[in-house]
Amino acid sequence: MTKKLIGLVVFLLAVFIAVPMLIAATGRTDLYYVFTSVALLSIASAGVWLTFFIGRINIGQGAYALMGGYVSAILIMYYGWSFWWTLPVAGIFCAAASILIGFPILRLRGVYFAMVTLILTEVMRLLALALPITNGAKGITSIPPPGPISLFGMTLVPDFATLQNPRIAFYYLSVMLMIACFAVLYRLVHSRIGHICMSLQQNEELASSIGVNIAALRVMAYAISSFFGGLSGAVFIGATQSIYPSSFTVTDSVNFMLNCFLGGLGYVFGPMLGTLVLYLGWNLLFSTGEFQLLIYSTAMIVLMLVLPNGLLSLGSFKRRG
Amino acid sequence: MPGPSITFTWWIRRLMEQVIANGLFLGAQYALIALGLTLIFGLMNVLNFAHGQMYVLGGFITYTVYGQLGLPFAVAVICSGITLAVIGGFMERYLFRTVIRRSHREESTMMLAAATAFFFDAVMLLVFGEKQRGVPKIVKGVFNNFGVILPYDRILVGLIAAILILGFIAFMKYTKTGRAMRALAQDRVAAQLMGVEVDRYTMIGFALGAMLAGLVGGLLVSITGVNSGIGGPISIKAFMMIMIGGAGVVSGAIAGGFILGMMESVGLTVLREYGDVTYLVIFAALMVFLSIRPNGLMGKPWG
Repeated sequence: MTKKLIGLVVFLLAVFIAVPMLIAATGRTDLYYVFTSVALLSIASAGVWLTFFIGRINIGQGAYALMGGYVSAILIMYYGWSFWWTLPVAGIFCAAASILIGFPILRLRGVYFAMVTLILTEVMRLLALALPITNGAKGITSIPPPGPISLFGMTLVPDFATLQNPRIAFYYLSVMLMIACFAVLYRLVHSRIGHICMSLQQNEELASSIGVNIAALRVMAYAISSFFGGLSGAVFIGATQSIYPSSFTVTDSVNFMLNCFLGGLGYVFGPMLGTLVLYLGWNLLFSTGEFQLLIYSTAMIVLMLVLPNGLLSLGSFKRRG
Repeated sequence: MPGPSITFTWWIRRLMEQVIANGLFLGAQYALIALGLTLIFGLMNVLNFAHGQMYVLGGFITYTVYGQLGLPFAVAVICSGITLAVIGGFMERYLFRTVIRRSHREESTMMLAAATAFFFDAVMLLVFGEKQRGVPKIVKGVFNNFGVILPYDRILVGLIAAILILGFIAFMKYTKTGRAMRALAQDRVAAQLMGVEVDRYTMIGFALGAMLAGLVGGLLVSITGVNSGIGGPISIKAFMMIMIGGAGVVSGAIAGGFILGMMESVGLTVLREYGDVTYLVIFAALMVFLSIRPNGLMGKPWG
């Protein structure tokens, strides 16, 4: 217990104090954008991880991230909503959509489910291109930055437009959301429902035979997963102030899945670590120019051969040895 | 002089004949791609993300041997097939087998497959560049009869593809290797207990699947050309085909290939003005179809 507490404190100190201090010391404020992206993408990956947890391979998270982004952008631009209100609405919209889509497709298993979700990403992109409200390939641009939040006349969060460096504000916002999402995930996995979900991963028929309502349970897990996807998409458009049909594509969906694999499917914090390593690794290799993809993919193959159960399985090796 | 209504129906019929001919041609190619993918899936439960990239590599090898070095087309296509078979065999032996043995969850092979897809993409981009590559026509002339217009090279390639499909079915049905692989796909443990050398036949199966991808790539480079960016989209199309037909089943892959070829051919004609809407309709139809029939047309349950 104390070990976990120390881990949590170290982690909080690292993201809230060490990272900003390091960035201030090196003067590379553009790194804030990188870490904001990592935080947001790891929220979406956390959703994918949850579907892995019930034994489904989900390559469709890009669809919900795109949907969440568009819901938020449309509400802000056409209906004059505040950015803050659009966040939960985008998440809930995606969760509702995923319940409708999930009921039929969650009956599929294995590669069939994986492929349907992959196609779902493509369907969402084509829909964003075809629907009139999404403005086609031109997308929705120059979305205003988030406004202030005040409670009883007290300003809790200042207007992002008046800030000297809104990047820092977005960094803190995304990191806080990430921590909240992973806290929810951790609590869920270690609850009674989480243990039942684990039984789905191993044998659905057996779970069903002892009275587990598997249909409701997997739809619930999928809805939470999509909520995370929509939330991260909505915050993303706040940070980039624009959204296009190509903002989240099949590549992103596959990356969300790879983040989970790389971190480790058996560990709640696997997607967070996986996103950090993959995203930073890809960006660090940028200087290698044309060899970027070659080195990146070779490293991935080697990692898979050495640690097929994810980076976090390194710890369990040590304990065993 | 025929009235306007007669002219219209005449045109529709003409158009349909053309569309069906195109659909059959496309379907034969697609079926071959899907066969390789479904073979690998049926034997190892591995969804080979790199299948489209293998197809592209086959295309580039034929482009080099036939287009650049000037050797006969048949030699070039055979070169493509053999190279890909060797690569496939090595991939199974040194990559997939290791990961399957050491991983707790079977799905981990998907990450490996995706990584090899990236790897192939990177290598082909470095070696062959990003330009669209084509080769000289293998046969000149156009077949123009019965209201169907088809260049002769398309007919030839379509026929070769059909022969390859029949050959593959015969191979799976009548040879010892084919029988062993079918047994493996049905029940791995039972096959092993009956004395089938599981490791050896899995490797042969993977090599054979990769070889099929290489052969189609080599054949099609003479018609559509090839460029290093189309691997991913081809993989997705191949996934769709095996899902329509049912993953891991030979007849399903063939059916899926022809159905998708026909749908594309008809869709692109009927919905020509709307462009991407064709794929939107195909995708949406596929999702509805799969939620009604989760195993495709003839798939085994829970493949």
